[in-house]
Amino acid sequence: MVSSALTDLWYGFGIALEPHNVMWCFVGVLIGNIVGVLPGMGVLATISILLPLTFGMKPVGAILMLAGVFYGAQYGGAICSILLNLPCHPPHAVTCLDGYPMTKQGRGGVALGVTVIGSFIGASFGIMEMTFLAPILVQVALQFGPSEVCSLMLLGLLAGSTLARGSPIKGVAMTVFGLLLGIVGADIETGTPRFAFGITELDDGVEIVALALGLFGIAEFMNTVNQTAPIDTKYANVRLRDMWPSKKDFKEAFPAMIRGTFLGSLCALIPGTGPTIASFVSYAVEKKISKNPETFGHGNIRGVACPEASTHSSVQGDFIPTMSLGIPGDAVMALLLGALTIQGIVPGPQLISQHPDVFWGLIASFWIGNIMLVILNVPMIGIWVKLLTIPYRYLYPSAMFFICIGVYSTNNDMFQVGETVAIGIFGYILLQLGFHPAPILLGFVLGPRFEENFRRAMLISRGDLTVFLQRPISAFFVSMCVLLIVAQIFFRARGGKGPKVLVVPGAAE
Amino acid sequence: MKPLRNLLTQKRDYYAGGLMTLIGVGAILEARHYNVGTLFHMGPGFFPIILGVVMSGLGVLIAGVAAVADAEDDDQMSYPKPEWFAWLCILAGPIFFIILGSYFGLLPATFACVFVSALGDRTSTLKGSLILATAVTVFGVGLFSYVLQVSLPMWRWG
Repeated sequence: MVSSALTDLWYGFGIALEPHNVMWCFVGVLIGNIVGVLPGMGVLATISILLPLTFGMKPVGAILMLAGVFYGAQYGGAICSILLNLPCHPPHAVTCLDGYPMTKQGRGGVALGVTVIGSFIGASFGIMEMTFLAPILVQVALQFGPSEVCSLMLLGLLAGSTLARGSPIKGVAMTVFGLLLGIVGADIETGTPRFAFGITELDDGVEIVALALGLFGIAEFMNTVNQTAPIDTKYANVRLRDMWPSKKDFKEAFPAMIRGTFLGSLCALIPGTGPTIASFVSYAVEKKISKNPETFGHGNIRGVACPEASTHSSVQGDFIPTMSLGIPGDAVMALLLGALTIQGIVPGPQLISQHPDVFWGLIASFWIGNIMLVILNVPMIGIWVKLLTIPYRYLYPSAMFFICIGVYSTNNDMFQVGETVAIGIFGYILLQLGFHPAPILLGFVLGPRFEENFRRAMLISRGDLTVFLQRPISAFFVSMCVLLIVAQIFFRARGGKGPKVLVVPGAAE
Repeated sequence: MKPLRNLLTQKRDYYAGGLMTLIGVGAILEARHYNVGTLFHMGPGFFPIILGVVMSGLGVLIAGVAAVADAEDDDQMSYPKPEWFAWLCILAGPIFFIILGSYFGLLPATFACVFVSALGDRTSTLKGSLILATAVTVFGVGLFSYVLQVSLPMWRWG
């Protein structure tokens, strides 16, 4: 098992090291890093803008690049949190607590250095986890019939919508809304146009790029415009030689990184708990086990190292259910699945055997991309700090152009641009009503496959709903769903609250 | 301040629940026209109707929870004052892009889109927006027309 995984990984390196793939990986992590640094720019919006540009590319290059944007942005987001106290990217919000005090004490460079080291350790572990775990998961998942797939999807959807941000009921409502949006267009079996309201452009369904850019582009800009605080860069002049942690710092931070890595990789295995939850949980744990918890919040280096390592290990681990089961854990993963589908690759357990180049090439590219990111972040820190000072008034109008041209070029159709505007307005209303739109994308991407499998399961069982409880694996997933709901109600009744997340630009993620 | 805040938050959840119920009921009403079928042989209307029912239920639940609970438990939302002008600018950008792009080509569409949306930020100036729009137009048209060969012509009449 181990040796076959290593052989496959070796094959993956062969793919990922092809010159054009190295180039796409670099483009991805570079764009990701830039977007991560820029306050008010989201990963989701960036990936959706790039999505139409990948239509003409080979599947491997396209997915390497889009994935690179995701993990590259995590490196950039930490810079923003530590130097400016701006939690631009939700997973790094918790890093502000100790990162910014360190910056004020003139130790911002050390905090960044520790972040880069911790990120690399976390990411490496997450990649290892994926290398060995994904093939095992696939072995199990290949046995699944429609009823198992259906109940697993139900679990994925429930976890993704209730464990994320904000009220769980509202999260579920957004998922159902996403499922409804996924129905729009011709029915797969009969061809009847559904929810198209006589608009021929809607017969092909809602365009995923238009949906994502409406929700995470236009709606987000409407939410953020004129709300950003002026950026204060007076502590932000960090130079390369400030970044090396002293022996004492390193000794203190290293165990925290290992703990963070471990917690993050655990979170990655639970569907629906992405990097944001991983970083909050690991910060809380680190503070709890510390001998002097009162130093947390005043520039304790462990408060930076632990959540950052955790974020990165969970970011890489997030790919496990997405690539091996075809069940995305969050909106970014849903978007990447959408990208695969556009390339004509059917996501699911058969992906590894049918497209080994995509799967193993992607894993190998994670290593390459992470090494590139370390190189990008250490010597070039001065450039990233400069980027931090670009004001929002230049960013969002430029992004508006990229949104328009990006959506237009998906089908060379101006109708899609109008669709994006309409979705944007509705998305903004949802934001104002306290909904987080990310689960919409989850429901939208899984919806058609969910319906297809549900119909098939019912056809096989002759319309008997108890089939979901008769088959053991399916029954297990269903009971997990019930457990999840009961736990939610229990914690709510007890008044227990998840981590408080600040209202920040990019809040839609 | 606190009771007022509660009232505001609760009202928001009533609207939120109402909207979800509205969507749910709308889905049911529309899906009724498709062939529903049975659980054994599901027609195109079956799944949408299930979702519609679930959605309406969730809407009622959202409003119900807001009515029972003291609305403190929701995540903190800020209530900034409405930015009508900025919203208008942001939405006008892509609308200009659609109109100018359809009749005059990529060049004027890009310029207008960036310029108009830039005006929405309170700190932006006319000059700054003009420069930004010009820069993005030069860069964007270069990238999309020459490198990526988007089918939209740079210039056209009517």
